Amino acid sequence: MSERTERSEGREGMPGQPRMSERTERSEGREGMPGQPRMSERSEGREGMKEVEVSTKEPLVEAPADAVAGEVVLRLTDVVKTFPGVRALDGVQLEVRAGEVHCLLGQNGAGKSTLIKVLAGVHRPDSGEVVWRGESAAFANPQAAMRAGIATIYQELDLVDDLSVAENAFLGHEPRRFGFVRRGHMARRTRQILARLGHPEIPPGRLVRHLPAAGKQIVSMARALSHEARLIIMDEPSAVLAHDEVGNLFRIIRELTAQGIAVIYISHRMEEIREIGDRVTVLKDGRTTAASLPARETPTRDLVARMTGRAIEYVFPQRPAADGTGAELLRVDGLTRHGEFADVSLGVRAGEIVGIAGLVGSGRSELLETIFGARRAQAGTVRVDGRVLRPGSVGAAVRAGMGMAPEERKSQALLLGEPIYRNVTLATFGRYARLGFTDAARERAEADRVAASLELRPRDVRRPVRTLSGGNQQKVVVGRWLLGETRLLLLDEPTRGVDVGARAELYQVIRDLAAQGVGVLLVSSEVPEVLGLADRVLVMREGRVVREAPAGELDENTVLDLVMAGSLMEGAPA
Amino acid sequence: MSDTDTALPAQSLPVDRAETAKADAAARLSWWRGDGGEGAKRNLGLLATLVVLVVIGILTRPDLYGDPNWVWGNTLTILKLASVVGVVTVGMTFVIIGGGIDLSVGAIVALAGVWCTTVATQSYGAGGMIFTALTVGLAVGVVNGLLISYGRLVPFIATLAMLVAARGLAAEISDKQTQVSTSSFINGIATTKILGIPLLVYILVAVVAAGWVLLNRTTFGRRTVAVGGNPEAARLAGINVRRHTVLLYALSGLCCGIAAVMLTAQATSAQAAMANLYELDAIAAAIIGGTLLSGGRGTIIGSLLGVIIFSTITNLFAINNLSAEAQNMVKGGIIVAAVLVQQVQFRSLTQFLARNRATTT
Repeated sequence: MSERTERSEGREGMPGQPRMSERTERSEGREGMPGQPRMSERSEGREGMKEVEVSTKEPLVEAPADAVAGEVVLRLTDVVKTFPGVRALDGVQLEVRAGEVHCLLGQNGAGKSTLIKVLAGVHRPDSGEVVWRGESAAFANPQAAMRAGIATIYQELDLVDDLSVAENAFLGHEPRRFGFVRRGHMARRTRQILARLGHPEIPPGRLVRHLPAAGKQIVSMARALSHEARLIIMDEPSAVLAHDEVGNLFRIIRELTAQGIAVIYISHRMEEIREIGDRVTVLKDGRTTAASLPARETPTRDLVARMTGRAIEYVFPQRPAADGTGAELLRVDGLTRHGEFADVSLGVRAGEIVGIAGLVGSGRSELLETIFGARRAQAGTVRVDGRVLRPGSVGAAVRAGMGMAPEERKSQALLLGEPIYRNVTLATFGRYARLGFTDAARERAEADRVAASLELRPRDVRRPVRTLSGGNQQKVVVGRWLLGETRLLLLDEPTRGVDVGARAELYQVIRDLAAQGVGVLLVSSEVPEVLGLADRVLVMREGRVVREAPAGELDENTVLDLVMAGSLMEGAPA
Repeated sequence: MSDTDTALPAQSLPVDRAETAKADAAARLSWWRGDGGEGAKRNLGLLATLVVLVVIGILTRPDLYGDPNWVWGNTLTILKLASVVGVVTVGMTFVIIGGGIDLSVGAIVALAGVWCTTVATQSYGAGGMIFTALTVGLAVGVVNGLLISYGRLVPFIATLAMLVAARGLAAEISDKQTQVSTSSFINGIATTKILGIPLLVYILVAVVAAGWVLLNRTTFGRRTVAVGGNPEAARLAGINVRRHTVLLYALSGLCCGIAAVMLTAQATSAQAAMANLYELDAIAAAIIGGTLLSGGRGTIIGSLLGVIIFSTITNLFAINNLSAEAQNMVKGGIIVAAVLVQQVQFRSLTQFLARNRATTT
């Protein structure tokens, strides 16, 4: 009930009408922005690129001749899309101009993904109007949208791992002659596009499987450019990237927009929107609550208020005074896996939150999985309560009171088609069983108790997990370990893809658990999260712990320096 | 992100309340719920298919269907026909839900049948024969499981190899001869009737019931769904995926052992070529029954209906005096049609509901 009242209050406090007519200084400023200086900027950074740049003289991504910067290319009016039981889009307004980066902001479940799929031709709207370049459009299928010049880069990249970079870039529209693919021509054009994207070092013939996540994203973008897209939709592109790779992404985006290509950019990270965005449209519950706000000038509080319907600040729970007296639950000594991490030692006390900061590829996730027994250590020991755990056995870790929320929710933690309660009790259903017979009623009751304490929405534990938003799915994963006797919780990127409101709730849940005496080992690529939530912080770089200190003694810049110092790593290590 | 955005708060939508009420109603029918709401819907489609087949029978042979005694007798014939493959299919369903496949079931049935009818085994009497058949089935299943979970062989390859090897061993043991069963107890299994219904049908019902309980009401069943649906998630939740995989193939092997006894009893003999292509019948029945070949979803009732549909088709051809060749062609068509119908049916149903909701809200 409390949930309901809170929500309805939120509604009342919601800002009134979308402001479609608002013109911003930023977007006007961009009209006159020359594309040229950026090129020189770029060549400073990379040596050995000159040679390739010569070949890019011939424009491979022909800037659409008729693309006038500032001209409205896409306009959505009152778009509605319903699914069984859900009104996913309930009157969306959106206006995108050529050459701008238009950010889409909204909590998980606000309708962003559905909106993207409508634009990409995956879904057709039930009502409302989509005007694309002056003409009313309803794309029958993704190919039609592609042909019209709308390319979408999904969060889970839709590349074929066992095809080459060039084959992926031109998948479905390979240059042909007499029915044969012109491989040489395709490779050449791919090389040109990659150079354009600032990545001439990626060989067109390389299998996509062998590329790191950032490289795959580049290939996705190359595919968009191979279609001569006029609008590129990017769904949380930075989520798969390490910190230093985001800068490169932004550089590419700026170059695209300088050519009059429009970009719809989706991200949960406010600082990214500030940096790259021109205008922001905010969605909530499938409706546009604010249209085309200036991305830099609009105060964060306003944006958050429009997303959540209530004015909250992004806060971490109060950290209790560190006493350092809790019994040491976890002791890791000299843990090593060749090529992943080496000689890692750490301890976690009861009631303590220990954070690990590090880039993707620093070995942090591998470390967590090894402690949990999901990988077998080549050297070193893991002790819980002073007793050495059998290496390579998740069962032993769980019996010792350990629980882990892995990095990839969907592929590593959830049975998406199964009901919520069965996901919550996945690690504990045996405990409620009698003589091997499961007790579904008890499981549902226990799961419901957890759902209530985590404020899971919706609360019906018989629903399939698939129907939950990302933040709520994460609560299910964490909630799994609240049943039973988990005393040590390993959390790998607990807030990835989780919206602002749900984040604050998750932080509170984690802190509450610590207050109850649970030891928490937390991994996150977001440094402020580690600093804000943890009591003690370990910084990892290239598989080694390079610094350990109480969170209060570190600041963001120090940690970032440590994390990246001397690191020229691109993507994941071998 | 891809499918998360469809989850809007329930209380903002009146239609959701109706859905919740419906879910509650479904939850009250306990056996229904356990088998999964979606699966139950699919099973209704299978029942409809069965009805259509019966109607075709009535239309083509109204003379036979006019006689209630013949109808009853024919129904028992169909069930008896379904019994042996049915038992094998129950084991197969577990393996497929658990994310695997067992191509060796026919070969295991043959090996167990041959082994239990050797002169040496028969000297221990009916008890010794049954024990031998079950043990051989179980043991071969365990070998399959060990090869797959600890030897890291792909299930397809491991059980394909076992198919070849087990039939070879069966031919070796029997010296390619037909071994006659002299045990009147064993042979009686096929001829005994209780309350007018053949014992073989009781065995099928017992195995199906046990399979249903195992899948829907026990930790074993829950682990099976978890292991097949998302092995990584199961592993990280502390489930011993490898051990469970071994158990799944062992279960399949045990079912084959039971089927071997039933088939030996029916033929009063065993030979290396018996139960030929049972693996295909069992896999086809499971798939028609709605079991997902990629694992994580499936129902025992659906598999049973799949087997009965097959034996009804066989029967339909027999009473119309049509050839076995035509029969196989139709069976192939039915497999494709059943899967197509299930997909279309489900999709159009959801679309229909969606439209309905859109107009009522």
